[in-house]
Amino acid sequence: MEEYRLELKHVSKSFGEVQALENINFHLGQNEVVGLLGDNGAGKSTLIKIITGYHQPTSGEIYFNGKKVDHLTVPKARELGLETVYQERALAELQTLWRNIFLGRELTTWMGFLDIQRMRDETYRLMTESMGFTSRAVNPDSLVGKYSGGEKQGVAIVRALFFNADIVVLDEPTMGLSLKESAKLISFVNGIKQAGKSAIFIDHNILHVYNVADRVVVIDRGRVAGEFQTKNIGLNELMDKMVRVAETGRLS
Amino acid sequence: MNSQNKARLPEITQHYKPPFNLRRFIRTNSAQLGILGVFVTLWIIFIVSAPKTFLAPHIYSAFMASTPFFAIMAIPLTIVVIAKEIDLSFPSIMAMGMVSFNYTYGATTFIHNTTIQVFLAIVAALVTGAIIGWLNGFIIVKFGIPSLVVTIGTQFLWSGADLVLTQGANFSLEYIKQTFFYNLFVGTIGPYFPMQMFWLIVVTILGWILLNRHRFGAHVYLIGDNINSAELMGINTGRVRIQAFMLVGVVSAFAGILASFYVAYFWPNVGGGYLLQTLASVFLGGTSVFGGTGTILGTFLGAFIIGAIEAATVAVGLTGFWTNFIYGLIIVLSVIMHTYLRKRGE
Repeated sequence: MEEYRLELKHVSKSFGEVQALENINFHLGQNEVVGLLGDNGAGKSTLIKIITGYHQPTSGEIYFNGKKVDHLTVPKARELGLETVYQERALAELQTLWRNIFLGRELTTWMGFLDIQRMRDETYRLMTESMGFTSRAVNPDSLVGKYSGGEKQGVAIVRALFFNADIVVLDEPTMGLSLKESAKLISFVNGIKQAGKSAIFIDHNILHVYNVADRVVVIDRGRVAGEFQTKNIGLNELMDKMVRVAETGRLS
Repeated sequence: MNSQNKARLPEITQHYKPPFNLRRFIRTNSAQLGILGVFVTLWIIFIVSAPKTFLAPHIYSAFMASTPFFAIMAIPLTIVVIAKEIDLSFPSIMAMGMVSFNYTYGATTFIHNTTIQVFLAIVAALVTGAIIGWLNGFIIVKFGIPSLVVTIGTQFLWSGADLVLTQGANFSLEYIKQTFFYNLFVGTIGPYFPMQMFWLIVVTILGWILLNRHRFGAHVYLIGDNINSAELMGINTGRVRIQAFMLVGVVSAFAGILASFYVAYFWPNVGGGYLLQTLASVFLGGTSVFGGTGTILGTFLGAFIIGAIEAATVAVGLTGFWTNFIYGLIIVLSVIMHTYLRKRGE
């Protein structure tokens, strides 16, 4: 049997008294795009932050490519080939573009000294080749805080791509984007799939998720309420089910 | 991990070398150019109103002798402020470093070699500074208490410990003049150039390199800008901040050594009076209290503006009573200028 890229077994997470996640079983296949759906506060973001190593689960196990990973941290997850485009973008707005691209993973020469020319060169290449930025305001030395919402999202995505991730996690990537920018993003997620990689896609917009995901996992009140292959379910049916989950906590 | 990242990259074929653009240069360096403008303007005012004083080398020699004692601490303090923290405890670290110095010197008399004793005492002072800095950082990071509150507390704590340990005694350190450390730290090169100025320049250059050319500095800027982003991207924000406080600790202890050596005398409140001058240097230099922006060069210039005002006030014919008023005026106007420049730069 082909092993999963990523698997969570019986993962629970509580913050003090609050049980955010309860006994979550989740897996992501090779070259699969999984959509996570769920209402506000369902636990989607907590689940993502466990996968990316930002939060440690209270109990449960995490496997990457079939191997159990103990005490997952953000640097460890990145080494294992997982990159995240966070809902909050995780940008430093007073800093230049090149500093943001290499945030937390600066290219260095020796003893931690920065290889600034190399980082600016790489940033310049990414801008012209991958981001397709044409605005003159966007250059390696410009401050990210001045960019538009779409440009900022572009920075967050290109940053994830640069390090050649096997798994890309996108947390609410279309939030605050224009229609045109959203369409560009959807084609980007399709590009991940075509490149043979895997992705986890979280969005409020069911239509977006339905269009890009192979499989949809519905989270409600910290549990997995159900999952569907998108080829086996119609969009209207999925929407009806989502409304029912939100009202009753059950799929059927 | 780094080599791995690099190995995945294709060769760079095209270098990014933007043509020099004066407008962009001015915009990206507006804070430093702003304080440089203030610096030069004041200088011209001083020269015009008191040409005899300000066209002779003596006054500059005097500035270079007295300013480094606090300017040297303003350099690591700039790094702490860029990381959106503050340290108000450095005056007490100056004193505690010297307390360690005295204890170590006293406890090593069996060596019968003043130079080795003084060397060990210097090491003890610097280590004490590092430990107190570490403790500041540790309390701030582990308990999540704002650094303003913690370092007000530790300032009282260590200046109190200083008084308890010394019983308020002050005494001569004449013996240091027998060692080469005296000339190395507070001697002069030629007739006019004090060694403490040399050490200030060394610390300034090291601080600049650390902040602008090293991963540590990159992380300091990111933490001050958006600590949440820094954490999401895997930066150990606690460790970086603790290291920044340790830098202030070590350099403050060194400043305590310089100030005590200069007069070859120990007095328990050696750091007293440096608190506001050091803080003012940082903010005058354009470092934002909101974190994420600030420069070492700005702080350096800010410190010399602060250092010059007192002497200049008297030299231009005003009474010493004017000093604080002029300090205040320049600080307030400069901070307004910096805020304006930052807003325009956004």
